[in-house]
Amino acid sequence: MTRWGMVIDLDRCTGCGACEVACKSENNVATVPPDQSDMGRTLAWMKVMTEVEGEFPDTSMRFVPRPCMHCDNPPCVRVCPVAATYINDEGVVGQIYPRCIGCRYCANACPYTVKYFNWFPPEWPESERAYLNPDVSVRSNGVIEKCTFCHHRLQAARETARAEDRQLREEDYQPACVEICPTRAIVFGDLDNPAHRVSQLRHDARATRMLEDLGTEPKVYYLQPRI
Amino acid sequence: MRGEVAAKLAKLGTDEQRLLRPLVETSRGFYLVAGGLGVIALWGLFAYYLQVRYGLGRTGLNRPEYWGIYIIDFVFFIGISHAGTLISAILRVSKAEWRRAITRSAEFITVLVLGFGAIQPIVDLGRPDRLLNVIFHAQLRSPLLWDVISIGLYFTASTIYLYIPMIPDLAIIRDSGIKAPWLYRMLAAGYQDTPTQRARLERVIGVLAIAVIPIAVSVHTIIGWIFAMTLRPMWHSTIFGPYFVMGAIYSGIAAILIAMTILRRAYGLEQYFKEIHFDYMGRLLLLFSLLWFYFTFAEYLTAFYGGEPSEMRTFWAKVAGPFAIPFWTMVATCFVIPLALMSRPSMRTPRGTLIAGISVVIGMWLERFNIVVPTSVNPRWEMEAGGHYFPSWVELSIMAGTFAAFILLYMLATKFFPIISIWEIKEGREQSVREVSERVAGYLPEHAPVLAGD
Repeated sequence: MTRWGMVIDLDRCTGCGACEVACKSENNVATVPPDQSDMGRTLAWMKVMTEVEGEFPDTSMRFVPRPCMHCDNPPCVRVCPVAATYINDEGVVGQIYPRCIGCRYCANACPYTVKYFNWFPPEWPESERAYLNPDVSVRSNGVIEKCTFCHHRLQAARETARAEDRQLREEDYQPACVEICPTRAIVFGDLDNPAHRVSQLRHDARATRMLEDLGTEPKVYYLQPRI
Repeated sequence: MRGEVAAKLAKLGTDEQRLLRPLVETSRGFYLVAGGLGVIALWGLFAYYLQVRYGLGRTGLNRPEYWGIYIIDFVFFIGISHAGTLISAILRVSKAEWRRAITRSAEFITVLVLGFGAIQPIVDLGRPDRLLNVIFHAQLRSPLLWDVISIGLYFTASTIYLYIPMIPDLAIIRDSGIKAPWLYRMLAAGYQDTPTQRARLERVIGVLAIAVIPIAVSVHTIIGWIFAMTLRPMWHSTIFGPYFVMGAIYSGIAAILIAMTILRRAYGLEQYFKEIHFDYMGRLLLLFSLLWFYFTFAEYLTAFYGGEPSEMRTFWAKVAGPFAIPFWTMVATCFVIPLALMSRPSMRTPRGTLIAGISVVIGMWLERFNIVVPTSVNPRWEMEAGGHYFPSWVELSIMAGTFAAFILLYMLATKFFPIISIWEIKEGREQSVREVSERVAGYLPEHAPVLAGD
């Protein structure tokens, strides 16, 4: 069985934020006005976390791009009272927007804080409105949304492969953040397929997962910086 | 009061006259207070309308502070609801004779406050229009769904437990004809107080009193589990189930004491809510202030001693950080004040217990605040920036509206139902005095004659 997963090489990440932007435009993530953003209501399915290490002047900046971890043992799925958040056969954790009642229990249960709530009806600036992605549904007011590993791209890739009567190739299905990354810090594929790069990289000595001791079995691996 | 009603009332016994008077006589003060509360309740309703229309953005909630005032009030109100049913059931089962004047007023608190507690999570929903998905797409692994089931069961059981012991009183009102005959004819359900009916009634009450105890315990245990089942620092704790049940009973006792003092003054019930009742309830409050300290100390010491970094962030935020004021106020109002007051016999009076009761109610609200908010704003992942929370006027208005609506409904209930059980008082007078002396005699060794030669 396919298990979609990701490996992010923190040595390669420059913190440019291209993944954030690509994700936002690919997935019709709403733009939040500045006053709302100050309240902590920004939506960002992919977010480059930053951390300053050391004392001035010997400081360095650490960047950690954070998508949904797509846990194999997802705490958010267990607590949802209406099964609006689910994990599919290929390990992708998704959200059924028309079913979600907006109780935000999943958001509280997620140790990685990657579930986002629509506090108001979603808005876009006029200039962006014309470029909404028709493949991704626009969320309504009062529901939770989250990273889906650009699952709509998998559907499109499968259809193309079927039409061309061939197997799905590794490069056929790549999420927007992976595609855009200028330093190729993010690698995506089937964790269980030895031919895919992710399944080799996740056995790298530098590979770790976030909050691994919680037993959530995240499918996003991080290659720790060498220094 | 109209002449004919007064004449009908005058025909009844002393207990009936005293306890039914509020049903037929309403003071101007009552209308004034009820009007004021009604305005606050409508204001709260207006605030909720704004929230539904424009979205939960009208609150002060954000990421990661997903739960705020509504969830705090939810835990708080359901906690208060443990006043009636549980305490009245425990006192009944343990044959505490001093309960007779207290049970009815306590059971009314339960049923009314439970409704207002149960709507809080609905007020908190982003999509209240999809509420029925909880039934259509029920996902039984979710503690929220356990809660829907246990609160539903508790509401049903405590409503029946309020109604059944009220039937003989409803029959008294029906027979006296002092108020809305059609209403009380329906509610009294043909009860004639025959010995068979009385025996059946007592048996049903006996069964209900026992059945309702585990249901009540399950309700607040599961509310504790909503938090405890997540992996959040200082929520993921096995003590939460029992801790919540203990806190619920504690705040419930405090709420009954407040209600008793007000009812006593407003309706002149000094003959029924006697000093001894406040003394006994004050002792219960004292016991629970010590229990509260024990549970809280155990919870915080365990977190502190383990010293896990993510737990410690929340721990210090409460003990010596941004939440130090609500935290230490909680310690003062839940422990120091009630302990200092209630350990002195001279303070276990209506006035003393009122002060202690108000202190505990405030403290228990703060306890729920200190559970919900500090953990919410301190996510486990250390790279995530901490959050902040300041409730908006919409949230505070809805909270004020809920409190006002509850008190208003409770006031209205006292105008339709005797707030002290008439038949149980009479039964106490006519039977229990004798039964209790016989029972006490039964506890003692038989009075055996001393044998000669011993």
